[in-house]
Amino acid sequence: MKPRFNIVRLSKWFFMLSGAITIAGIIVFALFGFNLSTDFKAGSRIQFQLNQQVPDARVRQMFQSVGLTIGDTGLTVGGIERNVAIVTLPEQLSAKQIAAIQSAEHKFFPSAKQDIQVNSVDPFVAQQTARKAIWAVLAAAVCIVVYVAIRFEFRFAIAGIIALLHDAFIVLAAFALLRREVDLTFVAALLTIVGYSINDTIVIFDRIRENVKIHKPEDIDALREVVNKSLWQTMTRSINTVFTVLVAAVILYFFGGVSIRNFTFALIIGLISGAYSSIFIASPIWVAWRGRSMRKHKAVANEASVQ
Amino acid sequence: MKWGRLFAFLLMVAAIIGVTAGTVPQVWKSIPLGLDLRGGVDLLYAVDTPKGQSLSDSGRQALLKAVEMRVNSLGVSSPSIDLEGKNQLGQDQIRVQVAGVKNQQEAVQVIGATAQLAIYGDATIDKKTGKITPVGAPLATGADLKSNAKWVVDQQDGKNAVAIEFKQAQKWIDITKKYVGKPIFVFLNGQLLTDPVIQQVMYSGSSEISGGSLTTPQACMALANELNAGALPYPLTLESETSVGPSLGQTSLQRTMVAGLIAIIIIFAFMICVYRLAGLIADIALIAYGYLTLLVFSGLHVVLTLSGLAALVLGVGIAVDANIITYERIKDEMRNGRSLRSAVRIGNKNALRTIVDSNATTFIAGAVMYIFGGQGDVRGFAVALMVGIIVSLLTAVLLSRLMLLTFTASGAVRRPWWYGVGKGVLKRHETQV
Repeated sequence: MKPRFNIVRLSKWFFMLSGAITIAGIIVFALFGFNLSTDFKAGSRIQFQLNQQVPDARVRQMFQSVGLTIGDTGLTVGGIERNVAIVTLPEQLSAKQIAAIQSAEHKFFPSAKQDIQVNSVDPFVAQQTARKAIWAVLAAAVCIVVYVAIRFEFRFAIAGIIALLHDAFIVLAAFALLRREVDLTFVAALLTIVGYSINDTIVIFDRIRENVKIHKPEDIDALREVVNKSLWQTMTRSINTVFTVLVAAVILYFFGGVSIRNFTFALIIGLISGAYSSIFIASPIWVAWRGRSMRKHKAVANEASVQ
Repeated sequence: MKWGRLFAFLLMVAAIIGVTAGTVPQVWKSIPLGLDLRGGVDLLYAVDTPKGQSLSDSGRQALLKAVEMRVNSLGVSSPSIDLEGKNQLGQDQIRVQVAGVKNQQEAVQVIGATAQLAIYGDATIDKKTGKITPVGAPLATGADLKSNAKWVVDQQDGKNAVAIEFKQAQKWIDITKKYVGKPIFVFLNGQLLTDPVIQQVMYSGSSEISGGSLTTPQACMALANELNAGALPYPLTLESETSVGPSLGQTSLQRTMVAGLIAIIIIFAFMICVYRLAGLIADIALIAYGYLTLLVFSGLHVVLTLSGLAALVLGVGIAVDANIITYERIKDEMRNGRSLRSAVRIGNKNALRTIVDSNATTFIAGAVMYIFGGQGDVRGFAVALMVGIIVSLLTAVLLSRLMLLTFTASGAVRRPWWYGVGKGVLKRHETQV
């Protein structure tokens, strides 16, 4: 693709944009925290069997009638005949509430096969999975740095990792800002984004490395030019690739199951951010860093020539 | 035109599409779906080791095996049984995840019931209630038995019996020496199971239990099962029981599949629109990618979870990306004035380094996630990601390259337009030629 504008020169605007979203996310997170799903919170789980397929709306009505609201992902249907309703609520139920739900069940589903069973939910599983995921991502980041530092150079490695963490952060910020529910599937989405982000970034870095080798830029302006050229050379590929993966995510969002909406939403945000950060964040960071050391070299060289 | 090359190309296409269309339903069915896709139960038990004792290596093995046998008796596919870290009391924990359990209560009962087998030397009967209670300390417990009790027919009298075997033969020798001619009392969960009379010292460490209610093969098999179940080396206490509702219920799983299919069709159409014949080749390689990934999953018995599914979608993206990188490179080479065939060759070569570097980085991320992710979701994702990368390298790089080279070598279609090269490039190309 032909260069339309100079990406590297405009980089400070992109840094500011990402910074603003991140800061807004941190503020909202500090004030309100995440909207955690029942996966991560202690709560109650109510299960009962009907003699018919579970009617979604009517079960919600039944709980509404005793003053309890089921969240978007709070109702799942199980059983071979799709006749078992499983409701998760974020609150611990009192004996009185349980009795109220029981009588509501008799009223709404007089022919129900089973009385309600109430269990308390332990968020242990979800918390442990999330904790493991964070450690896994951090450990992966360290190893990526080592590999990229060996194959490319250290600056590429750090710039790539910053882009990767940036993407994870943008998704977290988006979920905090939009009050989207963070459930266990969010962990899977975050891992996917991390995988995509680093893959996308390395492809662009590879082209920069190649062009730098060919053109051997000697000052920061030449370097900026080479990087800008590399970015535009890989632009068609960047757009085509992110288009194909985004198509999959968007279609899954609209036509896939409702219960994975949060997952696909995280994926959409993360994929856009991943493609964006490879071009507008990772590469400019590398230019700035590499340019600084270049300037130093030049200053040293100038001093030497004066003397 | 070289008909041989063209024929080879068409053969490859036919083989890929034929094999995939023919066997994909069986392959898909053989892949077990995980807890989050099918729903099931997640049970966490604490292991009650005797005070001051920690779980030994052999004890751990025996425990995992015993739990596995209990879970298998539920008849569910691919349970996951893992030893977890210690709880606050310093007890080891064991986590059992069973997907697709129909009767949750039964699962909890079968796995969690601490069927305690104990053999006593004496017992008393309460005259009024008829209840039999053991006296003194047990001579032996389930922990002393091997978990291989089975129904046998006694060779001497032809009666149905249950064969048991002690882990340490000496223990049984000592007991039988002491109790020759006297009854011993076998209790299961505090209930008298049987009270056979020891007829002789048994030096082999194995024995048969017969008499009482053990008249039919069924009764013997039932007792053997109970004995095997009872031979849990340590009692387990249920710490948490989480029923996992399927986050993709059956209807929703179908909808997601349909959505996935639509997405794939759009990606296929996109590739054909942008890269034309080359795009078509990429699509065929993509079919091979999907098929091979499923095959690997089925072969390795990988349980497919939602995170695994996500990794597979990412794998599709990586596979498509490899093709796009290659084709853009080929276009670059043609812009530089190379002929079609040499552009395909050089473009492939240059793209390969990029693809290998980016995929190696992602693969490292996957491998590290596998090592540090512990069991469960993170590891499932990592496995699927690594499988996806290797298969995408094989198909989107090797296979798609082979097909493209064969096809261009056949000379069936020479116009660069058919390979997605734009008009601007084309004009320059033609004037240069």
